[in-house]
Order: sequence, then structure tokens, then C-alpha cells
Amino acid sequence: METPISYVPILIQLAVALGFVVTTIIATHFLGPKRKTKKKLDPFECGIESSGNARVPYSVRYFLTAILFVLFDVEVIFMYPWAVNFKALGLTGLLEMFLFIGLLLLGFFYVIKKGALKWEDNN
Amino acid sequence: MTQYVFYFLSFLAILSALMVVFSKNPIHSVLYLVLTFFAIAGHYVLLNAQFLAVVHIVVYAGAIMVLFLYVLMLLNLNVDAEPVKKNWVKFAGVLSGGLLMLTLVATFHKAETMPLIQDNPEIGVTANLGKILFNEFALPFEISSVLLLSAMIGAIMLSKKDTKK
Repeated sequence: METPISYVPILIQLAVALGFVVTTIIATHFLGPKRKTKKKLDPFECGIESSGNARVPYSVRYFLTAILFVLFDVEVIFMYPWAVNFKALGLTGLLEMFLFIGLLLLGFFYVIKKGALKWEDNN
Repeated sequence: MTQYVFYFLSFLAILSALMVVFSKNPIHSVLYLVLTFFAIAGHYVLLNAQFLAVVHIVVYAGAIMVLFLYVLMLLNLNVDAEPVKKNWVKFAGVLSGGLLMLTLVATFHKAETMPLIQDNPEIGVTANLGKILFNEFALPFEISSVLLLSAMIGAIMLSKKDTKK
């Protein structure tokens, strides 16, 4: 029997994780030494004086990686209800999952074969 | 107890949704949207739809928002490159948005609120959902893998130049 109350431990964990991050961020501001000279506050780029700004459009290749990540993420979500009643579903569930994963593995081989994850230097 | 959690989550969701619209920096908008998604996932847990809550966090707050951030990085975010909208465009936007809101408010005002009766209130729990998904809805489940496959191929076809040939 699962009720919203059984999710309170997750809420507590979330609060602890968030609290730790926030506390450390605030604490470092008070604990660390600060020397705000002009040289210290300069953006540092391998000793060379920095030029331009960081808001430049990125290559579209990052986007392909992100899209593939989303697709495989959706795939993994289906494994969650499957894993919870793995024993109850038995062989049928296993075969269903094999078919599902097999089709996506096909896609994965296509991705590899097309070299979508390769990072060529020019084009 | 549940009531206070509901009010807190609703407040958080509405506040961060407003911040998505009002913040000037698009990156901040995306981060506020992540917060909105977390609040909505909390609502799902309150409605006893735990699987939906997990999907919401893993897929929406995790993957889709990463995609949004990537899209923002593909764009030119320099302040001077921001095009200034013409006045009539702003006016048309306000008018159409207002009309949509009027329609929604009128609809929900007239609609009779019926108490929600579910056959099985435990349906949202992951274990029960899995049993139904892998028995009754096995075929749509398998077809969804074909959908994912075609999305994969489509993404590669669109963004990959064929250098060979």
C-alpha cells in the first residue's frame, strides 16, 4: 500500500541535499578570504587577455547529443514499472522487454554506424 | 498535513511559473521552469500518481530541460541582438492571450464540478501501472519503441551531413 505519506522520506532527503548545497554556498562566502584587486577579478584565460564574450551560439552537434539523450531517457523510464514487477510478469514480460530493447538497440547501432556521436573537426 | 503541502506546492508552482515569464534572462527562465516541474511532480505524488511524478522529474525536469538549455545555447543570447517587437505585435499578443484566458475562465466557471470517482484509486502506483502496461497495453508499448526509433533516425537525418558518397 503506497500513499503520499510514504514519500516523506524522499522529501526529507531532498531537503537535506538542498540544505547542504545552500549552506555550503552561503558558508564559503563568509569563510573564504577575499582580495578584490583588479588583477584578481579579471577573467582568466590561459594567461592571454580574454576577448569577446561567452554568449556565442554553440554548434548544432550538441543538440543531436541532447536529443539522443532524451530518447534513451524515455526508454529507461519504461524499465521502471517493468523492474518493479519483474517476477510477476515472468517470461512474457522479459520477452516484451527484449523486443522493446531490441528495437531501440537497432536505433543505437544506427546512431553508431552513422557516426552521430563522433566529433569531426571540420564542417 | 496534505492540505498544507498542497498549498505550498501550488504557491511554489504559480510563483516559479510567473518567474519564468518575468525573468529577463532566458537561462533563468529555464531554471524556474525546472522548479515549476518539481512542484507539479509533488502534486502528482499527492494525487497518488507516483509513476507520473517520477516520469515528470526524470524526463521533463531532467531531459527536456537539458534540451531547452541546449536550444538556448544554440541561439545568440547577446543583449544587443534581441529584436525589439513592434507595438502592434505586442497588442496582438495581449489580445489573443486575453481571449484565451477569457475562454478558459468562462469554461471552468460554467463547468459543473463532479466528484472524481475512480475505479481503482491505486492505478497510479508504479507496480499496478506496470501490470497493466505489460499485459493489456503490451502492443502500444512495443509500438512506442518504434516511435522512439523513428525519432532517433529523424534527428540524425536532420542534423547530420552525409560526408561520404
